[in-house]
Parts: sequence; C-alpha cells; structure tokens
Amino acid sequence: MARPFPLLRQLRPALRFVPVIGLAALLSGCDMVVLNPMGDVAQQQRNLLVFALALMLLIVIPVIALIGIFAWKYRADNKDAAYDPDWDHSTMLELVIWSAPLLIVICLGAATWTGTHLLDPYRPIERISKGEPVAADVKPLEVQVVALDWKWLFIYPEYGFATVNELAAPVDRPIKFRLTSSSVMNAFYVPTLVGMIYTMPSMETQLHAVINEPGDYAGFSSNYSGAGFSGMRFRFYGMDQAGFDQWVARNQTADGALTRASYLKLEKPTENVPVMRFGEVAPNLFDLVVNHCVKPGDVCMSDMMKMDRGDPSSMDDESGMSMPMGRRPEEPLNGADAGEGPPRSPADADNRSRPSPGALAIPSTRNK
Amino acid sequence: MNELPVDFDRDTFQLPEEPHHPEGSSTMLGFWLYLMSDCLIFAMLFATYGVLGTSYAGGPGPKELFELPLVALNTAMLLFSSITYGFAMLAMTDGKKGATQGWLAITGLFGLAFLGIEMYEFAHLIMEGAGPQRSAFLSSFFILVGTHGLHVTFGIIWLVTLMVQVQQKGLIAANQRRLMCLSLFWHFLDVIWIGVFTFVYLMGMLR
Amino acid sequence: MAQPDSLSPLNVSPIFGRFTLDALPLHEPIVVTTFAVVALGGAALIAALTYFKLWGYLWKEWFTTVDHKKIGIMYMILGIIMLLRGFADAIMMRLQQAMAFGGSEGYLNAHHYDQIFTAHGVIMIFFVAMPIVTGLMNYVVPLQIGARDVSFPFLNNFSFWMTAAGAAIVMMSLFVGEFSQTGWLAMPPLSGISYSPGVGVDYYIWALQIAGVGTLLSGVNLIATIVKMRAPGMRMMKMPIFCWTALCTNILIVAAFPVLTAVLALLSLDRYVGTAFFTNTLGGNPMMYVNLIWIWGHPEVYILILPMFGVFSEVVSTFSGKRLFGYTSMVYATLVITILAYLVWLHHFFTMGSGASVNSFFGITTMIISIPTGAKIFNWLFTMYRGRVRFELPMMWAIAFMITFTLGGMTGVLLAVPPADFVLHNSLFLVAHFHNVIIGGVLFGAFAAINYWWPKAFGFKLDTKWGKRSFWLWVVGFYFAFMPLYVLGLMGVTRRLRTFDDPSLQIWFLIAGFGAFLVALGIAAMLMQFFVSVRDRKQLVDTTGDPWNGRTLEWATSSPPPDYNFAFTPVVHDSDAWWDMKARGYKRPEHGFAAIHMPSNTAAGIILAGLSVAFGVGMIWYLWWLAGLSFLGIIAVSIAHTFNYKRDFYIPKEEVVAQEEGRTRLLSEAVA
Repeated sequence: MARPFPLLRQLRPALRFVPVIGLAALLSGCDMVVLNPMGDVAQQQRNLLVFALALMLLIVIPVIALIGIFAWKYRADNKDAAYDPDWDHSTMLELVIWSAPLLIVICLGAATWTGTHLLDPYRPIERISKGEPVAADVKPLEVQVVALDWKWLFIYPEYGFATVNELAAPVDRPIKFRLTSSSVMNAFYVPTLVGMIYTMPSMETQLHAVINEPGDYAGFSSNYSGAGFSGMRFRFYGMDQAGFDQWVARNQTADGALTRASYLKLEKPTENVPVMRFGEVAPNLFDLVVNHCVKPGDVCMSDMMKMDRGDPSSMDDESGMSMPMGRRPEEPLNGADAGEGPPRSPADADNRSRPSPGALAIPSTRNK
Repeated sequence: MNELPVDFDRDTFQLPEEPHHPEGSSTMLGFWLYLMSDCLIFAMLFATYGVLGTSYAGGPGPKELFELPLVALNTAMLLFSSITYGFAMLAMTDGKKGATQGWLAITGLFGLAFLGIEMYEFAHLIMEGAGPQRSAFLSSFFILVGTHGLHVTFGIIWLVTLMVQVQQKGLIAANQRRLMCLSLFWHFLDVIWIGVFTFVYLMGMLR
Repeated sequence: MAQPDSLSPLNVSPIFGRFTLDALPLHEPIVVTTFAVVALGGAALIAALTYFKLWGYLWKEWFTTVDHKKIGIMYMILGIIMLLRGFADAIMMRLQQAMAFGGSEGYLNAHHYDQIFTAHGVIMIFFVAMPIVTGLMNYVVPLQIGARDVSFPFLNNFSFWMTAAGAAIVMMSLFVGEFSQTGWLAMPPLSGISYSPGVGVDYYIWALQIAGVGTLLSGVNLIATIVKMRAPGMRMMKMPIFCWTALCTNILIVAAFPVLTAVLALLSLDRYVGTAFFTNTLGGNPMMYVNLIWIWGHPEVYILILPMFGVFSEVVSTFSGKRLFGYTSMVYATLVITILAYLVWLHHFFTMGSGASVNSFFGITTMIISIPTGAKIFNWLFTMYRGRVRFELPMMWAIAFMITFTLGGMTGVLLAVPPADFVLHNSLFLVAHFHNVIIGGVLFGAFAAINYWWPKAFGFKLDTKWGKRSFWLWVVGFYFAFMPLYVLGLMGVTRRLRTFDDPSLQIWFLIAGFGAFLVALGIAAMLMQFFVSVRDRKQLVDTTGDPWNGRTLEWATSSPPPDYNFAFTPVVHDSDAWWDMKARGYKRPEHGFAAIHMPSNTAAGIILAGLSVAFGVGMIWYLWWLAGLSFLGIIAVSIAHTFNYKRDFYIPKEEVVAQEEGRTRLLSEAVA
C-alpha cells in the first residue's frame, strides 16, 4: 500500500481515532429527521426504509466480507491457497447466486407492493398512529398549497384565511393537502410529517398526512425551480388544539386580503419571502390557480376542456402515461375517498389533475 | 470446439491468407440499424401525438381540419413512388442504366408531388389559423407529419445525388449498394406514412 | 402567437442575432480569470504546436484518421479534459455549500451556481463518461474480435468529431453568454422560453443534439462491427465479455438516443417556434417531457455501466489468472439488464403522483435489475476464488469497485421502494447514491481500463507509484465526499440548494468538501502518473505485447498494435482466445506476410463537425444567416463526400514485413 503523504503518515495514530470519535459525535449531534419523524405516515415510510435496508444487508454484508476474504486468501503470493485456473462453472453455485438475490427481491417486492398502496399519498389517512384509527366523525383539515416563485401559499378553506411560508396543523388530526404550482414544478416536503409530492402547474396533486407531536419543523421545496429555490423554506408547526385555534384566530384577523388581484401581485417572482398572513381569501382561488384563470377574463382550462368535449366525437380523456392525470375527482381512488360526496362546484368537477387544454383566449405566460 | 467450421484445425490460429472481405458488407446492416433508430424517433412523435392529439385547447379538431380526399391523393403519390422505386431496383439488377435513371426520375417526381400537396395542406391550415402554435394537438400533428415530410425532402436530395452518381460512374457495386440503401429508406418512409395516414387522418376523422 | 419582443426569434438584429457585448461575462471575476487561464493555455499550446511544426502531423495522423485505435485515444483524451472541467464545477459547488451558512450567501450567486450544477451534470455524463465509454469500446472491441477496424471507419471519425463539437459548444457557453440553469435534464416548464429566456437552455439543446448524432452513429457502427467483423471461429458465445457488454451498450444507445433527440427537438420547437408540447397552457404536458427524457435517461445509466462490467470481467479474470466464472450467466445477466433498462424509467419520479400500482410496478422492476447485477458481482467473486490474485492497479480498482458498487447498488434498491423514495427523492441521499454508482462503477472502471490497456495503446506500462497514490486518494476521497451526503439526505437536505439555514449541517458539508479536495489530489496524482510514465517510458516499456499475461486477442498483437492490428486474421477456438493460443503452444508466424487492405483517412468528419458547431452557434444566438449558411454547408460537404469513391488503400507488403520483423526482433530481445 502506498502512503499518499508523509504528513498523513505522521498523523496516522491521531487520524485513526477521528473516524470513531468524530463519527459518533457527529451522528449523535445531528437530527436525522428522515429516520426520526414525528408524523405517522413518515414513520411508516421510515419503517419500510429500515426494513428494506436490513433485508439487503443480509446479502450485502456477506458479499463485501467475501470480497475481502477471497481477495486476501487468493492473493498471488499465498501459494498455500488452491489454484484452479480452469474452474469456471458450478451449477450449484450459479443456482445460489441467482436465487439468493431473487429471494430477497421477492420479499422486498411484496413489502413494496403493500407499502406503496398503504402509503399512497392520495390515500386518506386511516389511522393517527399505530393502533389508533381515525375517529369516524373527524373531518380532515384541508390545506390548499400553491408553490409560487419562490414561496409557498397555504390556503385554509375551512377557516377562510391564507398564509405565505407558514403552515400549521393540530396534532393528531388528519390533513389533506391539495397542491399545485403557479409556474414551474416544485415539490412540497416536510420531512418530519410525510414524504414529498410534486406540485405542478395546471395540475393538482394530493397528499395526506398527520402530525403526532407538537413542534416547530422545517419544510421546503425539494425540486429545483430556479433562482430563488434555496429560499423556498417555510416553518411547519404541529400544535395542540388550543394553540391551533389561537393560530387560526390570529390569521383570520390579519389585515391582508388575498383577492384575485393581490394574488396576481403575489405570484410575481420574489425571493426569501417572510411570513405573510391574509385574513380573507377570494373564493375558489385554488381552483382558479389550477385552471389558469385567476386573472378576470381568462377562460378557465376546465371550461376549455368542456369546449373540447363539446365536439361529441372527441375522446373524453385519453389515457396518458401513468400520471395523476388518470385520476379524476369523479373516480375516487378508493372506497374511503368515495365517501366525500360529489364535487362541490362544476369547476371542481372539471378540475382535472392533469394539464387540461387551455384556449387561445388564455394568455400564456408568453404573451404577457 | 466441436462446432467450429471443419476447415479450421484446432491448432490453426490464423488464416493463411487475407480473407476476401466484400467491400461494404456491413452497410446494409448498419443502414438498417440507422433506420430502426429513425423509426424510434417516429415512435416518439406518434406517442406524443397519442398523448396530445385530443388537446385542442378550444381550437379546431381533426374533423374541421382534415380533407381526406387530398390526403388520399397524397398517399397515392407516395405509394406510387414506392412502386416506381421498385421498378428502378428491378432495372438496376438487370443492369439497365437508362431504365434505372428513368424510374428514379419518376420516383422523384412523385415525391415532389407528395411534398407539394403536403405544403399546400400546411399552408392552408396555417392560413386558417390552425398553425402549430394553436394547440398541443396541432403542435403534435405538425411535428409528426412535418418530420415525415422532411425525411422525404432529404430522400429526394439523396435521390438526385445518386442519379448524378449513376450517370457518372454507372451501376457499379458501390452505387448499387447506395441505391439499395435509398430503397430501404424510401419504403421505410412509405410504411411510416401509412401509420400517419391511419393513425392521424383516418382515426382523426372517426373521433 | 406573439411573443414578448425581447424573446422573439424574429425580432433580433439580422447580423448579431441576440448577441450583445453584455453576453460576455466581463463583470464576473471568476469567469474572467478562468478565461484568461484558458486563453493563455490555449495560446501556449497553439504556439508550441506551431513551433514544433506539429500541425501537419496532428492533421494527417490524428484529426483525419479513421484508425479506431487513434479515434479511441482521442475520445479518452476528450473525456479526461472534460473531467477536469466537470470536476472544477464540482469543487466550486462543494466550496459554496460548505460556506453558505448562517446568512452567508457563499461566493456564488444563484445565476452562477445554477449554471455550475447544470454544467457539472451535463459535462460529466455526456462529455466525460460517454467519451470514455465510447473511446474504450472503440479501442478495444476491434482488437478483441480480431478485426482490422470498425465497420464504418469514416463514420467513426465523424462520430468523434461530433462529440467533440458538442463539448466545444458547452465550453463556449462558459465565456460567451451563459449555460442552462435548469438542472442537467432541463425539465420544462422551467426550461421553456417563458422561464428560461436566455441562451443557456439553447446551448444545452444544441450541444446535446450535435453530440447525440455522434453517439448514435458510433452505436450503429459498433453494433455492425461486432455482428459482422468477428474473427473466424468467434461465435457469439465465444466473444470476450467486454464485447458482449459493448454490444448491449450500443444496442441501448441505438434504442435510446433517438428518444433524446426527439424530446430535445420538441423542447426546441417550444422554444423557437412557439409550439405547445410542454407548456402549461394550450394543452401542453410537461409531464410528458419528464417521461420521455427518462425513457432515454434510464437506459443511459446502463449505457455507461455495462461496458465497465465488461472491463471488470476482463480485469478480474486476467489478474486472478483464471477463466471468468459463469461466462454464460454473465452474458445472460447482461442481456437481462439491457432489456430491463427500458422498464424502470418511472422510478425517477415516483413523487409525481402516479398511482400506487404503477409506482409499485416500476419499483419492483427496478429491484429485479439488482438480481442480474448481483449475479455479476458473485461471478467476479467466484472468479477470484481459487485464483492467483495479483494486485496490480487495474485489479485494485476492480476490488474498490466491487465494494463501492455493492453499497451504491444497495442504496439504489432502497430508493426503488416508492415510500422510501417519497422521503429521499431529490435529497442528497440520492445524489450520494448516483455518485456512488457512477464514480464507483463508471469512473473506477475507466481507471481500471486505462491502467489495463494503456500498455497496449502506447507500448509502456503506467507508473505504479503514482498510480497507487491516485488510487488511494480517489477511493478515500470518494468516501469522504459522499458518505456525508448520505447522512445529509437522511437529515432531509435536498439537492441543488445554494444556501442553508441549519448550522448543524455545515460540518457534513465540510467533510464532503475535504473529500472533494482529496479527489482533486487524486486527479492531480493521475495526471502526474501519466506524466511520469511518459517520462520513464523506456523503463516501463512492454515489448511482449502481453504485459499482464492476458487472455483475449488484443494481447496477441504488439504494443502498440500496428495500423492493421493483426498481420494475419486470427482464428478463434475459445472465449479466452489468446490464453488458449498460449496454452496450445501458438507460434507467431515470421513470414508469409501480404499487403493489407485498409480504409483511408478523410477530412470530411472534422469539417462537418466544424460546420455543425457553426450551425449550433447560429441557432443559439439567433444568427439566422450563420445557421442557414452552415446548414447548407453541411449538406454540400456531405454530398461532396459521397462523390469520393476512393476510400481505401493497401498497406504494401514491404511495410507489413518491416513492421513484423521489428516485432520479431523485439520479442527475441525480450527473451534474451
């Protein structure tokens, strides 16, 4: 073994301890939020991650050990070791080396199939935590999320207010996020709460979650979206019911009103935006954003779709690639979803989770 | 070892003489591979049309835009050109230079007629306000049909070049090989067009 | 549709397009300094070439060559030069991320930083990994199958120059205008004209389109070569594994790159013509771009890694002095990976909201790929078993690869579990994972290959002292640089961030920065290794042509091989053809030579590539006259080239005899 540097050689005794002590100190000091989340969904995702890791280590550790052992044992100057230069096949061994990974993949595949379905972001929350199902009368808190350049708008339709870059939810109450984006793709991510989901312009995605511990947590965009991307951070507060009620009251009494006009101002690119509160929100603002018709006079994409379908022979909705587009509000994901009742407004019903055709009448961002 | 050709002794490790590699022996395979990659480009454009082909954005759809008789005429032009190219190849194998050139010229004229009709159709659509910027449907229509047209254009340039070369050098092996490649290319464009005709025009009218 | 005046491709100066003096980054001291260094270096190089009267030599022997060996070497040189550029980007990012804490903006603004991470990804994949992979296949495949050259030698030269042309366009963006600020895959809507109105994305598009032509044609060429040009007796199942992996890689290239071409063409139409493929309005669908680009993008990673699997198969078998264990299962594993490479693309965006069944399907297909890959690792393992393992440099890289790649593969399977991906997607865990497999797989493979085949290419071995320094610096540096990123990913840190607010993260970025510094030293040691080896080439000389006791045909000829590779076409009886020849007491013939038929050099490739650069620049800057003229030029030169019927010549018998007698002398001296 060549030694890279004389200096390193002198430092070697000291260096030997750096990994051990340093690593221990570092790892204990840092908050691995992905491995220690406070929301039930994120915890289940973590459990699957750890399970998959453990399953693979079953084969990875022996392989790495064998690499070391074989390389050492059969080194050229070890003349004691057997040498069999023409030995190149063993049906038994081949069987083992193909079936061992296969078995692992079968186990992992089964866990993946069930885990992916249970933890589907579109699936409404069925339990608050392990062994604690959601009470029948609890309605999830709906939060509408709009990723703007470069900040987050959170609308609480139940309470009629909106905030920028501050999100809060009461502990142990299911949250239903409906998400979209005003211009480019982003991803909404609060690691402690639940895995991320993309927010995309002209489309709606959904995410269900629950927070189990009160606290002050980080949230951010985890899909690069341009110059101000690094500043797209927000705080997420898990609160007890009393605290949440206070927070709601504070926002409801805030001065600002998020009208369609002020939304269009807010939409303009800004960076590192401080928290903003709007005590009032224009009705249906989220749906207008999804359908690209916040600006008065713009034709909504949903209406455009209707025009397209007015051609009786036009295909209703071609099945595209496996995207959220396949999911329409009138085709709920599963039984639990079906209980939600019919869409509240025609705009809702047409509000496809896919980029719907717009019209020439809709000015694209290009000819502003 | 038992499956070796009999003429190689187990202890023979080289050919005593330089083997005769016919020149251009890989050309057809290579050209075919290129065509398959080109075919994939068309596959992508078909897929794009499949995804976006009903996104009219409130604009006109296939029924308002397509004129089947014109497209049928266009299709006929291209199909005839394939037949005449076939005649050119037959003349080539018979070693008839003049006939080959004649059939190639006719093929080129059919190709030009096809392009002319297509350009008329495009101009007509754009004048009607149904250009490629109008909707995703029209974007994907223009790119699919236009890419095919671009291929035909290059095919015609290639055809003219080959005619000059046949005139200069005659039907030598290299030129025969090139004519074979162009033949593959030309028939390939025909096959693609049949896909376009069916998938875009006919199914568009049925929608 | 009307576009804003400033963006309209039609509303620009007829002569200068959208180029103005503001496009020169005179206000960016970093760029100006870089430019000064590059300009001075370039001037010095040009002066030296002129002074030593090397231009004629370079033009005749290298630029216009159709010899697959020289083209292979040029590809490798291109890859290594671009590695320096790509690594400079990497170390700038590491520095920025190590600094930008507690309200500090670091030293890079967003405009600059966003270009850097985009350029880093684009350069490392397209202009480092691809040229290195293509160069290796170009150099080695014809030798291993006992051929004189590839099927289409001119096309080979053209392909190289098109790749180089793409690289030139990327480099140009550093000094004139800007590069894309969208990330390496230029996802719309961000890469659309509305959100990226500048020249950056256009630089990206045209660099990739032009280089893509070269890649595709070289793929066609190598498939035809492998299918048609194998030596007599070399049935498919007797091909060296490297040729198998090269075949599969080129099949992947031919079946994947057209997708990239098509999707970039659609993006450029959106940008130039105003179509609505990937727009937010008018029915466009940005998700279609994400799907299409990953339908190319996933096979792309196998395009890079498969040939390296081949390299490691050759290296492990040679340096264990033993036949490769499980040749047949190795071949089938490669084929299975080739096919599955097309069935997993969606795992790159589980978080885009696909249904659970779709996500699970793609997750499970991804896991299935780990089965043949695992089988390969076992095969190498059992090749060492009961072998005589010599720890020469290529073998050291192979061992480092096996360990590193196993780890990287494991984290890859973790990311293939959709719910796990929901918490790790786009995080630094992902960044760590793909660097773990690309550095640990592709780059370690490239270094193993360079150390392994260098003596074949140049006739002398590489210096082991500097080679080992480079090895340890690289390997240790890699672990220091990327293990912290795994930790950061688990701390929920996402990629492409320029500034941070949580100070507890900083220590990890400092460690990663230290790792990057070690890797920089590793690169320096590698360059030193090349320098020292060239200097000491007399001591390191290999006269035998078979310095490692090799197993495949390339070791049967001299180092470096003559232009015609083999004086007589070899006849093959075994997958380890040269091992078999040696075992059966093969005697090299010393007479009976004849003239050899070879392809002639041509300048058409470099001229066409030059015109393509002009065309690209014309399109990027809206210089319509330049684009139009150079396009006509490309067509004219192509047509003119087809009028050249004399594309081959014979190496006269005397030359062959002289060459072979020289080798006979060398061999007898080596014995004596």
